[in-house]
Amino acid sequence: MTTTVEPMFREATEELISGSEAIAMACALADVDVITAFPIRPYDTVMQFVSRLKADGIFDCDFIVAESEHTQFEIVKHASSVGARTFSGSSGVGWFYAFEAITVTAGLRMPVVAMVGNRALDDPGAFGVEHNDALAVRDLGWMLYWVATAQEALDMALIAWRIAEDPKVLLPFALSCDGSFLTHSQAIVQVPAIEQVNRFLPPYDRGKLQLHPDNPITIAPQVNEDWLMEIRRQSDEAMRRSVGVIKKAYEEFKQEFGRGDPSPFIDEFMTEDAEIIVVGMGTLALPARVAIRRLREEGKKVGFLRVKFFRPFPTDEIREALSKCKAVCVIDRDYSYGSPSFGGVLFNELRAAMYNQQNRPWMLNFIAGLGGREIRVREINEIVDITQKAIDDDKVEQETTWIGVRE
Amino acid sequence: MSVVAVEVVYRGIFQRTLARNIVRSIVFAARKEGKIGTAFGRYGDSPERNGIPAKQFAIVADGAEELEESMAVYEAAQVDVTINVDDAMCKGVESWAWYGLQPINELTKPGGTLIVTSRQDNDSLIQDMHQRDTAYDLAVIPSIPSFSGLWVYKDDHTDVRILGTLAKVASHLVSIESMLEVIKEQWGSEEKQASAKKAYDRATVRPVEPGEGKSEERMTFTLPGWKDMEEGVVIRGIEEGGGFRGGDSGYQPVRSAVFKKFSTRSMRPVINFETCTKCTLCWLQCPDTCFDVTPDGLYDANMESCCGCGVCEAVCPVTDCVTMVSESHFNDNNSQWEAWQKDKDGYKKWMTVLVETQKKETRTHGFHHKGQYAEEIAAMGDV
Repeated sequence: MTTTVEPMFREATEELISGSEAIAMACALADVDVITAFPIRPYDTVMQFVSRLKADGIFDCDFIVAESEHTQFEIVKHASSVGARTFSGSSGVGWFYAFEAITVTAGLRMPVVAMVGNRALDDPGAFGVEHNDALAVRDLGWMLYWVATAQEALDMALIAWRIAEDPKVLLPFALSCDGSFLTHSQAIVQVPAIEQVNRFLPPYDRGKLQLHPDNPITIAPQVNEDWLMEIRRQSDEAMRRSVGVIKKAYEEFKQEFGRGDPSPFIDEFMTEDAEIIVVGMGTLALPARVAIRRLREEGKKVGFLRVKFFRPFPTDEIREALSKCKAVCVIDRDYSYGSPSFGGVLFNELRAAMYNQQNRPWMLNFIAGLGGREIRVREINEIVDITQKAIDDDKVEQETTWIGVRE
Repeated sequence: MSVVAVEVVYRGIFQRTLARNIVRSIVFAARKEGKIGTAFGRYGDSPERNGIPAKQFAIVADGAEELEESMAVYEAAQVDVTINVDDAMCKGVESWAWYGLQPINELTKPGGTLIVTSRQDNDSLIQDMHQRDTAYDLAVIPSIPSFSGLWVYKDDHTDVRILGTLAKVASHLVSIESMLEVIKEQWGSEEKQASAKKAYDRATVRPVEPGEGKSEERMTFTLPGWKDMEEGVVIRGIEEGGGFRGGDSGYQPVRSAVFKKFSTRSMRPVINFETCTKCTLCWLQCPDTCFDVTPDGLYDANMESCCGCGVCEAVCPVTDCVTMVSESHFNDNNSQWEAWQKDKDGYKKWMTVLVETQKKETRTHGFHHKGQYAEEIAAMGDV
C-alpha cells in the first residue's frame, strides 16, 4: 500500500497533542496498513484522530470500523497473517469482549500492536483509569507496556512494531495508556520526520509464515495434547527472546532520535541512595516525581521506580534496583480480589521477583487511584509514611492498604 | 517559578470547539514566549451531553519541572483566570464530574479574573454569582453565547475576542503580540486578528469586592463511605410522591436529593396557565418528570428539576402555552404557578415581556428557522 506523505511528516515538527493523538501519528509514520476500530472511551480518541488523518489525506490505510470489538481484533489478526502491519485497540469491557480474538492473536504469533486506553471494568460503567483491563492479557503472550507521557506514546508505538514484528519475537504488543491523564491531555510532542522512522522501522516481513497463494500454508489446525505443550513452549521462548530484541531496538531508537531513558524496562527517579522506593506504572510517575522531589527537600531518602514493561517482566532490572533499599511500596492501580495478601497484581509480581534475593526489602502494597480517582502528592506522602513505619518497627503490620477510599 | 492556569467553563458539545480553540491558543501563544504548557478537558465531563457544563484547562509554566509541579493535581485548586462562555452558568455549574453545585468563581484565585461573554451588565451578572470572601476582577465581553454543534463551528470570533481580552487582563500570561501571531498562524485571518485587537483595546475590568454577589448557600452533598453504601451497586428507588406542596390534592413526585442538574439549563419553560388545555403531554413527555400537578389540574414546571431541554415546548399542542426563555432573565427557581395564583395580571405582564423579549433574542437550542445563522452573525457585528 502507498502512503501520501504530507509536508507535516517530511520534517520533524513540534505538536500540541494528546497521548491518543500521538499514537495516531505514530500509525501514520509507521505506514500501518490495516487499522480497525470500534468506539469505547477512552480508546476511541485514537480512532478519531486516525480517521481525521485519513480524511485529511495525510495517511492512507484500510480503516475498518467493525461491528464489535471481537471482529475488530479478528480482522487485524487475519490481516497480520497476510503480512499487513496492523493496529487496533480498545478499553475496559470492550477489550474483554474481544478476548477470544485477543488470545488467538498471541497464540498464532501475530504481531498486532494495540492501544489499551485503560478504563475501569463494568459495572457500574465508570470510565476512569484502572489497569485491570490490560493486565488481563498478562499470561497470554502479549507484550505489555505502560506509557507515561504523550511523547513516550508516540516513541513506544514506533518501537512496538519494531519489536513485535521481529522474526525472533512475532508476538502482539499492547500499549497501555491511562484513560484521561494520557489519552485526553495535550502536551508538546516532538514528531519525527518520516525518513527517520523509515531508517528505524523496517517493513513487516513475515517470511515463510506469511499466508499467501505463493506460499501455501495452513494456520491453526485442530491440535490436542500431543502437540500443544510444544506450541506453548515456542511462545514462551519467543517472549524470552523479546528481552534482547527490546534492548537492541531501544538502543537504536535512542541513537536515531536522540531521546529515551537509560533502560527500556524501568524508569528510575532518585533511587540511587533511596531507603524507600515507591513503585508504580503509567502516569502515576508525574505526581510521584513531584512528591519525591519535595520529600528529598525534607531530607528523606525516597525514590520512584516506574515499571514500563510488565511483559516481559523486567526481573533482573527490578532485582537490581530494589535490593538496594530498605522498603518498597508498590502502588497498584488495579485489584486482584483474593490474591496473596489481598494485594494488587503488580505488588504480587514484584514480591515474587524479590523472593530469592539475598537482600530483601520490606514490601508493602497500596491500592489507589481506582476508577480514575487521582493519586496526588498527599496520597504518596501517606504511603511513604506508612512504609517508613515498617522500617522503624522492623516489621510490616499490614501488607495491603487501600489509600484514598472513603471509610 | 511561574505557573499560570486558565479554565474555560463551557456548555458540552455546543461550545466544545470554542473551548478547545481557546485553551490551545493560550498554550501556543505562551510557547512563542519560550514557555511550555498543556491543554486538556476534564475527563469526567466526557462524553459531553448537550448543554452540560464542562471544563477545559490551559496550564502554562516557565519550564518542564514547574509544569509537572502544577499538573500533579489534575483539576487545579485555583486558576488565574476563569473564562465563562455562557453567562447563564454564572449561577453555578453542575457537571458529570461531581455531585453538587460549583460556584462559577470557585476556582478563580484571589485577585484573579473572571471573563464572561454576556449581554448583561456587570451588576446583573454579579447578582447571579455566589459571594466569596476574597476579591477578584470581572471582565465582560459584550456578546451573545456562541453555540454550535458537534460537527459545525460557528466562527463568530468569540474565540479571538476572548483571547484578546485575556492578553489584556492577564498580561503576565501572554502578550497581545504573541496572541496575534498565534491567531494569524491558526486561522490566517486578518479579520480575526483585528477582532482580537479590538477586544484587547476595549477590555475593562470591574473589581468584585468580598461579599458582593448572591448569598445563596452552595448545594453540597455528603458522599458515603464504603461501609455505608449498599452492596451490589444497588440504588434504592425514590419513594412515590404525594399531594402538591404537601397538600392532599394535585401530585408532586419525590425527586433525587443528590442529582439536581438544573444548572445545565440555558433556557427554561415559561407557562401560560390561561391557555393550558390540561392535555398532560408536557407532564408525560418531560424526561426529568419536572412537572408538578397543581390542585387545579395544571402543570407547574419545577425549576429545581428542569434541565431546560425544551421537550415540553415541542410537544405542547397550544401555540402560546409553553415558551422557552433564556435562563439569563431569571434569578430564582420560584414556582410560576404560585406567582400566577397570587397575581394573575402581574404574572401575565411579566410573562408577556419575557416571551416578547425572547422572540427578539437568539435561541441557544439550535437553529429554528432558515437564515438564523446569518442573522446571528450580523447581530454579533453590533456588539
